[in-house]
Amino acid sequence: MHKSLRSTLWILIATLGATAISIIAISRGESINALWFIIAALCVYSIAYRFYAAWIAATVLAVDSTRATPAERFDNGRDFVPTHKWIVFGHHFAAIAGPGPLVGPTLAAQFGYLPGTLWILFGAVLGGCVQDMVTLFLSTRRDAKSLGQMARDELGAIGGTAALIATFSIMIILIAVLGLVVVNAMKHSPWATFTVSATIPIAMLVGIYMRYLRPGQVLEASALGVVLLLMSVVGGRYIDEHDNLRLLFDHEGLTLAWSIMAYGFAAAILPVWLLLAPRDYLSTYMKIGTITLLAVAIILLQPNIKMPAITQFIDGSGPIFGGKLFPFVFITIACGAISGFHSLIASGTTPKLLSNERDICMIGYGGMLLESFVAIMAMIAATVLEPGVYFAINSSAGAVGSNALDAVTKISAWGYPVTVEQMENLAKQMGETTLFARTGGAPSLAVGMASIFGKAFGDGLLAIWYHFAIMFEAIFILTTLDAGTRVGRFMLQDMLGNIWPKMGETSWTPSVILTSSIVVAGWGYFLYIGVIDPNGGVNILWPLFGIANQMLAAIALCVATGILVKSNKLKHAWITAAPLTWLAIITTTAAWQKIASPDIKIGFFSAATDLADKLASGTLPAAKAAIAPQLIFNLQLDAWLTLTFVILLWIIILDMLRVCWRCVTGKPILPLTESAYKPSSLLDDWVRD
Amino acid sequence: MIIKLKTLWKIIRQLSGDDAYEVYLKNFAKHHCNHNNTDCSTPLSKADFFKRWQDEKWQGIKRCC
Repeated sequence: MHKSLRSTLWILIATLGATAISIIAISRGESINALWFIIAALCVYSIAYRFYAAWIAATVLAVDSTRATPAERFDNGRDFVPTHKWIVFGHHFAAIAGPGPLVGPTLAAQFGYLPGTLWILFGAVLGGCVQDMVTLFLSTRRDAKSLGQMARDELGAIGGTAALIATFSIMIILIAVLGLVVVNAMKHSPWATFTVSATIPIAMLVGIYMRYLRPGQVLEASALGVVLLLMSVVGGRYIDEHDNLRLLFDHEGLTLAWSIMAYGFAAAILPVWLLLAPRDYLSTYMKIGTITLLAVAIILLQPNIKMPAITQFIDGSGPIFGGKLFPFVFITIACGAISGFHSLIASGTTPKLLSNERDICMIGYGGMLLESFVAIMAMIAATVLEPGVYFAINSSAGAVGSNALDAVTKISAWGYPVTVEQMENLAKQMGETTLFARTGGAPSLAVGMASIFGKAFGDGLLAIWYHFAIMFEAIFILTTLDAGTRVGRFMLQDMLGNIWPKMGETSWTPSVILTSSIVVAGWGYFLYIGVIDPNGGVNILWPLFGIANQMLAAIALCVATGILVKSNKLKHAWITAAPLTWLAIITTTAAWQKIASPDIKIGFFSAATDLADKLASGTLPAAKAAIAPQLIFNLQLDAWLTLTFVILLWIIILDMLRVCWRCVTGKPILPLTESAYKPSSLLDDWVRD
Repeated sequence: MIIKLKTLWKIIRQLSGDDAYEVYLKNFAKHHCNHNNTDCSTPLSKADFFKRWQDEKWQGIKRCC
């Protein structure tokens, strides 16, 4: 294209993007069209990708397309396979995109649509995408080593150990909070419980088909699985309407929590081919299919956003979770803006498929852009609901009262009118008995998605769409849950193996059972407390997860900054040091407030003291008094856990600064572990077609 | 149109791992040997290959939040 024409095009994109953002930001009072969100996102992404990402790849990282990647050098036809860039992109995206970018924005919508949307857009292009891309690059240059290994090799044993502990703890908290999201979606909902339970035998059937009936026929088996899943969504209605069958699937939260723990334990010890692998196939198809469908529906329907730009809850009094806009919007939306967990995929897994370094920009940076886009769509789905309805679904009984009339009165008094009839009608349309206090984000997202799908593709099937959306979220939450439990088991076996080598044998049954039980007990404890907590549990667990995830991101950025400085790129180290500084500020502030705030909705210790005082003075109702000692212990435990996270974070930051200081002042440091240059012979090969 | 559909089918097969065995056979033909296998005369059968491939694929962290 002619140069001036190209400049004009980019100026147009920039103008359009700026217009869209100003419309989103300035609009007050009148509802705005969701299409502006899409336009703003696409413009910001294209400019960032074309200029910032390209500059980082060419100037800072200096990617070298003539250099052989680990996939080429260790090509074994199984895990190291040079693969076409779009296929790698697909694998990478499927691996990084989980339930996080759907839940976080839904919860953060309590501040209004604006703060979350801006953080998703700018956090991603300046932070999350850079982290993913740089980590992918560094791991590619180091024989596809994992983040923990790179931290050990480049920073030293302290950094490596901190990365290991962070990964393990984030896994425990993540699984607990995701388990809680599923429990809240299934509580007293026979339809949802049936559909979610049905995914287990369906996955097993698919697993047996792939392994024994028709070995390796992945697509055949998956097609069968997808058809059965859709049938289970429709079949759930029959169960729900049947007087006796519905009782089989109508359960209290606590019963469901115990079942999920039993399931997680089984998944960690059963062979992967039976449950984990087939479930993963099914959830990946569902994920990609549904997200595409949602994008098409939003573009076709162009719904209006009903949530105000900013709500009064930025002052910290929000019913969904306590805490002011700063720093809690940045903690609540981790995935979708910057997610430390991605660095575990970008190191280790994806580099084994990458055929050429020049694709790092598209896969690392581009993959995260797409995840950020998913978060924007989740934000749209949450904010097209009437705000009153949104708050009624997401506020716990502890925040607005367990009586429907009390809840609507309180929510309407905030300025978000809603009536009991409205909620009853909505529940009926969605095939549920009630939608009050369904915390965790999944149900309100499902209502939002169902109303978008319903309007775009026909209104008659609202209940089916709702349960389809619940199934879609549940299936990949459970995939994260069982894969996470298994990975946790392996990590624990590895750690214990250092003390007693026999424990490190991954197939020794006593070790398998012991480590799986420890991991399940770890997240099971937090899940249990979350379920019995009258405030819904999500208000405690989600911020804890956000802090842990941002801490892992900070560790990845520390490793990246350290390596950039060691590679004589001090001048450009700000590309990772700047997001690192921001993360250090927000996680430390959030952690400090969670520990020390005198507000009982925010501070763990003050909430524990308050509860203990109330218990001592006998002012608590009997039901709450019975669980109060457990809640008090848990609040104190959460406070100590948060403190551990923040200490861990600062240890690794200081360790990185120590390495950088020694490097700059010319003192001896650990050498760079970049593997030697080897020319690629794939340049004109089949793989680049 | 047919060419486009064929390409799409190829992409779907590659993404899902449906063609993993064919990729392996190609690799075997190119290197005349299994990298981790001392037996260099015959490639693994489809069922055996799939078992190994699936077990290897599921080691380590593969899924995110």
